[in-house]
Amino acid sequence: MKTATIIALNQKRAAREAVAFAKNLSDGSEFLLPDDAAPEALNAAGLAALAADKTGTHIIGNESWFIEARNPAPRLILVGAVHIAQALAPLASMSGFEVILVDPRQGFGNQDRFPGASMVNEWPDEALDVLKPDTRTAVVTLTHDPKLDDPGLDRALKSTAFYIGALGSRKTHAARLERLTALGHTPEALARIRGPVGLDIGAVTTPEIALSIVAEIVAARRGGSLGTRAK
Amino acid sequence: MIDAEDILSVAAAWHQDGEQVAVATVTETWGSSPRPAGSRMAISKSGKMAGSVSGGCIEGAVADVAGQVMATGTPKLLDFGVTNEMAWEVGLACGGKVKVFVEPLT
Repeated sequence: MKTATIIALNQKRAAREAVAFAKNLSDGSEFLLPDDAAPEALNAAGLAALAADKTGTHIIGNESWFIEARNPAPRLILVGAVHIAQALAPLASMSGFEVILVDPRQGFGNQDRFPGASMVNEWPDEALDVLKPDTRTAVVTLTHDPKLDDPGLDRALKSTAFYIGALGSRKTHAARLERLTALGHTPEALARIRGPVGLDIGAVTTPEIALSIVAEIVAARRGGSLGTRAK
Repeated sequence: MIDAEDILSVAAAWHQDGEQVAVATVTETWGSSPRPAGSRMAISKSGKMAGSVSGGCIEGAVADVAGQVMATGTPKLLDFGVTNEMAWEVGLACGGKVKVFVEPLT
């Protein structure tokens, strides 16, 4: 492997561009796909690997190629730079998510509380209009304040986000659903919201709640069955 | 921030520091192998290691081969599977099979 390849891969990742890394397992030659200099069949296999988000070995012609799908990291948008976000952001980041915090209140959303974090100090609806959640984005609201959570959920529901979660008790959530219904969201649409958010692992402390949320997001992303493993 | 799974950046950093480095990549798996294809491990001439290509069962054997690969400059494709008496040596105790490509970083 060439160090220049690693540098190019890192540039692609920083730019959030999808790329397939291909390695010939006989002679060690390598490509970043798509590449005009690569055989047509290899380019096609690279694009297919990205579409399926699958990494593995392929026989092309009569050669073995390892093809690694390197899609941009999935994003997690957190509405509310609150206490639980301080546990949730690093945990999600460690799990491979690019975390973006949204909070117009600079007393909460600042670099002292979230060193090095990606922070948007705008109202959640405006922030989400710019961030444009897609099928590789999860959105979780954490503020407990309808003024902040509702516009975030409204925009999330209008997006193709693969996961939408809202922190709050069952009672809070029922009231929230009524308000979102008044905004014109159907019961089917509202069923997309995980509320109370997170898997039921009996979480008590803040990091435990963060863990339950990250676990639920991972399960949604990977299609996990959530059962206890067979003995 | 360098994420803990970003073994290639770790390997590049070692190389930048003037070390000889080999990279091992899981290229294919069968059965209940512990790490998916694309998992990586970096090994330096001085003995530094980062990442993993299994649950810990074959890392030692891969590091040995990495030493040879750094010496010869020729990549190697390794096959690991659980095979009775070898299982405790370099096999996967979980019963999976993996192929690991070991190559020098140049």
